[in-house]
Amino acid sequence: VRPFGYLVPPDPAAAIAAVTGRPGAAFLAGGTNLVDLMKLGVAAPDLLVDVTGLLPGRIEPVPGGGLRIGAGVRNSDLGADPRVRAGFPVLAQAVLAGASGQLRNMATVGGNLLQRTRCLYFQDVTKPCNKRAPGSGCPARAGDHRNLAILGGSPQCVATHPVPGTPSSTRRTGPPTYGRCPRSSPGGRSDRSTRRRRWPCRACSP
Amino acid sequence: MAQDAEITTIEGLASPEGELHPLQAAFVERDALQCGYCTPGQICSAAAMLDEAAAGWPSAASASLTGPVTLDPAEIRERMSGNLCRCGAYVNILAAIADVYRETP
Repeated sequence: VRPFGYLVPPDPAAAIAAVTGRPGAAFLAGGTNLVDLMKLGVAAPDLLVDVTGLLPGRIEPVPGGGLRIGAGVRNSDLGADPRVRAGFPVLAQAVLAGASGQLRNMATVGGNLLQRTRCLYFQDVTKPCNKRAPGSGCPARAGDHRNLAILGGSPQCVATHPVPGTPSSTRRTGPPTYGRCPRSSPGGRSDRSTRRRRWPCRACSP
Repeated sequence: MAQDAEITTIEGLASPEGELHPLQAAFVERDALQCGYCTPGQICSAAAMLDEAAAGWPSAASASLTGPVTLDPAEIRERMSGNLCRCGAYVNILAAIADVYRETP
């Protein structure tokens, strides 16, 4: 992780001012995607503007039977909300199928919509990736791409967006610990690029 | 990111007089650890998970999103998922949590 500044602005105007004209600045909320990407070297912001306390954190009914979900609502609270569970069960199921409890406790709805693709090649700076480094190529087309686009891809990129509720995002992506490790089963992947991303079980412990 | 949040760590679970929290006692009783590195997190997660289940929060392993929650082994595994134990004490961790769940009024 490269050195970076950290700022907690007092209000939205100050948050916007802090990033205006500063391309290296990034908003931070739950951090469950951005911080990962910083550790991986995919993102290297020079300033984090923590907007956790500024984001709307409520779920409110709106006319017509819908719900307005604040950008700062945590995934855990979204999946547990009785109105979501009763009226929008697919959304609750999608959220509960993603990551682990600790991640859902931190992750925000706004961050979910704004997170970057989970394409393994995008997340691996030792690999080419047209999305991360335009013109460098797309190894995913011939590589590990079972989470990636079937429809809507292009010769340049087959990355998908991992918003909860989309088919590619509802598959569990967290490390299997109490469950079965995919690599311990027949046909489990052992591609070098995925080894780092799947937590070792007894069968594949390094 | 967690400014002004109220946080209970493993040190806050036992009584001030030193009486172990039921989960701590169950982990000892069930030998639910080897090196102990992950144990504070396992126990804190289990404590929160039992509270969430009591409040009716569903999980990906729940049969219904709106029904009462019964913590069978599959539910406990799902709700504890993400807590890694490199010693592989999962079987005994599961048993310890199930013990406390059964004894919870």
